[in-house]
Amino acid sequence: MSFNGLSATGPDESSTTSAPAPAAGTVRRAVVVGGNRIPFARTGGAYTKSSNQDMLTAALDGLIARFGLQDERIGEVAAGAVLKHSRDFNLTREAVLGSALSAETPAYDLQQACATGLETVLGLANKIKLGQIDSAIAGGVDSASDAPIAVSEGLREVLLDLNRAKSLPQRLQVLSRLRPKDLAPDAPNTGEPRTGLSMGEHQALTTAQWKIAREAQDELAYNSHRNLAAAYDAGFFDDLLTPYRGLNRDSNLRPDTTLEKLATLKPVFGKNLGAEATMTAGNSTPLTDGASTVLLASEEWADAHELPKLATVIDGEAAAVDFVHGKDGLLMAPAFAVPRLLARNGLTLDDIDLFEIHEAFAGTVLSTLAAWEDEEFGRTRLGLDGALGSVDRSKLNVNGSSLAAGHPFAATGGRIVASLAKMLHEKGQVDGRPARGLISICAAGGQGVVAILEAL
Amino acid sequence: MTDKYAQFVSRGIGKDVARRLGLPQPVMLRRYHPGQSLVPGPILVQGSSGGADDLAATLLSWDLDVRRHAVPREKLGAIVLVLDELDRPEDLERPVLSVASSVRDLAPNARVVTVSRTSASAPTPAAAAARQGVDGLLRSLAKELRAGATANGIVLADGVITVSPSALGALRFFLSGRSAFVDGQLLTVASGEGQLPADPHKPLAGKVAVVTGAARGIGAAIARTLHRDGATLVVVDIPAAGDHLAAVANEVRGTALQLDISREDAGQRIIDHAVGRHGRLDIIIHNAGITRDKLLANMDAGRWNSVIAVNIAAQLRINEALLASEHFRNAPRIVSVASTSGIAGNRGQTNYAASKGGVMGMVRATAPLLAQRHGSINAVAPGFIETEMTARIPFATREIARRLNSLQQGGQPGDVAEAIAFLASDAAGGITGEVLRVCGQNLVGA
Repeated sequence: MSFNGLSATGPDESSTTSAPAPAAGTVRRAVVVGGNRIPFARTGGAYTKSSNQDMLTAALDGLIARFGLQDERIGEVAAGAVLKHSRDFNLTREAVLGSALSAETPAYDLQQACATGLETVLGLANKIKLGQIDSAIAGGVDSASDAPIAVSEGLREVLLDLNRAKSLPQRLQVLSRLRPKDLAPDAPNTGEPRTGLSMGEHQALTTAQWKIAREAQDELAYNSHRNLAAAYDAGFFDDLLTPYRGLNRDSNLRPDTTLEKLATLKPVFGKNLGAEATMTAGNSTPLTDGASTVLLASEEWADAHELPKLATVIDGEAAAVDFVHGKDGLLMAPAFAVPRLLARNGLTLDDIDLFEIHEAFAGTVLSTLAAWEDEEFGRTRLGLDGALGSVDRSKLNVNGSSLAAGHPFAATGGRIVASLAKMLHEKGQVDGRPARGLISICAAGGQGVVAILEAL
Repeated sequence: MTDKYAQFVSRGIGKDVARRLGLPQPVMLRRYHPGQSLVPGPILVQGSSGGADDLAATLLSWDLDVRRHAVPREKLGAIVLVLDELDRPEDLERPVLSVASSVRDLAPNARVVTVSRTSASAPTPAAAAARQGVDGLLRSLAKELRAGATANGIVLADGVITVSPSALGALRFFLSGRSAFVDGQLLTVASGEGQLPADPHKPLAGKVAVVTGAARGIGAAIARTLHRDGATLVVVDIPAAGDHLAAVANEVRGTALQLDISREDAGQRIIDHAVGRHGRLDIIIHNAGITRDKLLANMDAGRWNSVIAVNIAAQLRINEALLASEHFRNAPRIVSVASTSGIAGNRGQTNYAASKGGVMGMVRATAPLLAQRHGSINAVAPGFIETEMTARIPFATREIARRLNSLQQGGQPGDVAEAIAFLASDAAGGITGEVLRVCGQNLVGA
């Protein structure tokens, strides 16, 4: 079975698309040209006064400067934010208008919780593959510092009714419904609406279920910091990142952290689990502000603009789990998405050269790996003969991931895609075939999106 | 960064007070913008040689108002004094004194340009004395001029005619508003190399230029000026300055390359980027530089080494890569930013002055290496320039420093950029191994 994406078939739409459309029944390649992000900042830090629009525009402008895209009409720009003000209904388009791109560049917003960034990449790559567009910018941004605060449901109803009231007596009657408790603002939280549990509490249950040791989680966090610091020192991010508001590096990065220091931290999630409470501030990702962008293109467009081609977007898959009834853990959807994606492309875990598994919590990554190594899970839940397999740890998050960099929800996908594309390009060929990378991102609502990239 | 004193004495009561007390009265300098007329009035071309006639004819062909004889009390935009056939010091008298009274008729921001021959290869001691005499004359006259007028000299090597491309290029530069802060300087035209641009307002059209240290200050001004003159820009600065660099890149419609130029592979990365993204590499401007000031008695290895590494070692290494590259063969241009500190020295800057002196040595020694590919390398030495860096100098020191030149004011980053843009152009091909000061004829290091 071919895994290069060229054999996929679909409805013949080529007759209705523009000149560069691929021949009937085929799709062309979508390539990652490069990316740009701003350093990620811990919430309440350097970007406290920056809005989502500010940060997304800054990330876009850095990308434009890197690739000389000033006044360029890009096929489409898609980005999104998880924590979003209602006034930002056209966030991405507004960022485009504030950037150096041509004002004739169309844009849309997308929202799929923490998978937002990766989903923009996959959606736009598909449009390029189908010949609908030749170039695209995918991205994401989030600010937990500048989060929207809503009025209470009671006040909101009163205000709306007040607007509809026509006479003074009617208005007074509506106002009389107002109670002091209605004046308390409604702040956003990361809690799941259907369970009332925060993401961390959910993961604490999953971590305990898969019996993930505290030491293993601390080690994963330690490696994340060490790997990210080494990548910075090697200049890996010199063409992936543009400083912003005085930050040159992710502010959450602790190059000097040690396993001993991590071991001293007290559990913050699952405290009711007693001895099984293993999740600390050190092995959980903090709230973060930041933005990222990825430049995608057809090969022809990249060549015509004399731009690099780092990797191709091979395929993607989304999955969701029933966490509400406790069938699976909230953040376990990638455990199902990855086997489906691998199967569709005729691959196994052994065919992957670089793994990028988003570190929402160290426990998330380790629970997912444990599920894949579990015979029972493989047979009963994945429908396999046995376990899916194991991930070679030396190929996992080799330049660090969210535990060190931080995780501005919608910006994480772009961070990973651009970094992985560069790593794959540097790796080149493995065993006579292009180096292959797997991305796995879990998301709120029990969802997950995963993807495969290949080196060019 | 605004010169409040200059604003105060430019009009009203401030102007009156300054005049009565004999205080410095800096004027707003005439600075170039596209479409501006070359000079603010008629040009008097003085000199009896064939070279003077050729020059006058060329200026006429540029649609300029040319005079061969002074008309008393007529305001002049420029005086071009052609002294290319001096045999003895006595030969100076007639041409020099014939323009003497015209100096009084120069309009504000007018120009005096001498055209003479190099004394280095004079056939006789008397000829050498006459030729070298022009230098002293020119530098003194520059100090006598007022109201933004400047005097600069073009020195021709033997065999180079007055209307060779670079002699005309230099004349155009000195006459124009591009040379606003260049005063009392002599520029040698070594050969007949070079080519005048098809469009004098787009002298860099079709060229790909790299500017290091382009995120702010003089580097950003260089990028803007080269862009205005038609070049496609690659702007380079350290990754930590990437946000400012991106803003400059987007402004000049170029590409940003975040790169520490002191990296071993910096030259190759610059070539790869320029050729990969823009198909060629014609011009590099070595502008990136740092200061780590300390009296030598307190100097440590960290301060010394970082300044040498960035300011001169990196330039040498990048030049080596460029000279070895097949992509830097077609009349390439290298322009380095030196400093008057490297000429005159500056207290607390032994490391910086060593690096900038080094730049001038490098330029002189690299010139022959570029000659066979019709290339050139030159340096520009800025004096007191109004930048974020000089704005941090204590008030009194800054106020004295910016007045200590013939124009009685600091220069703008754009003034340095103009000199660099000229030296990077095709027209400057016959000028190589030179150091051009952009200092308003600073008293220091003259």
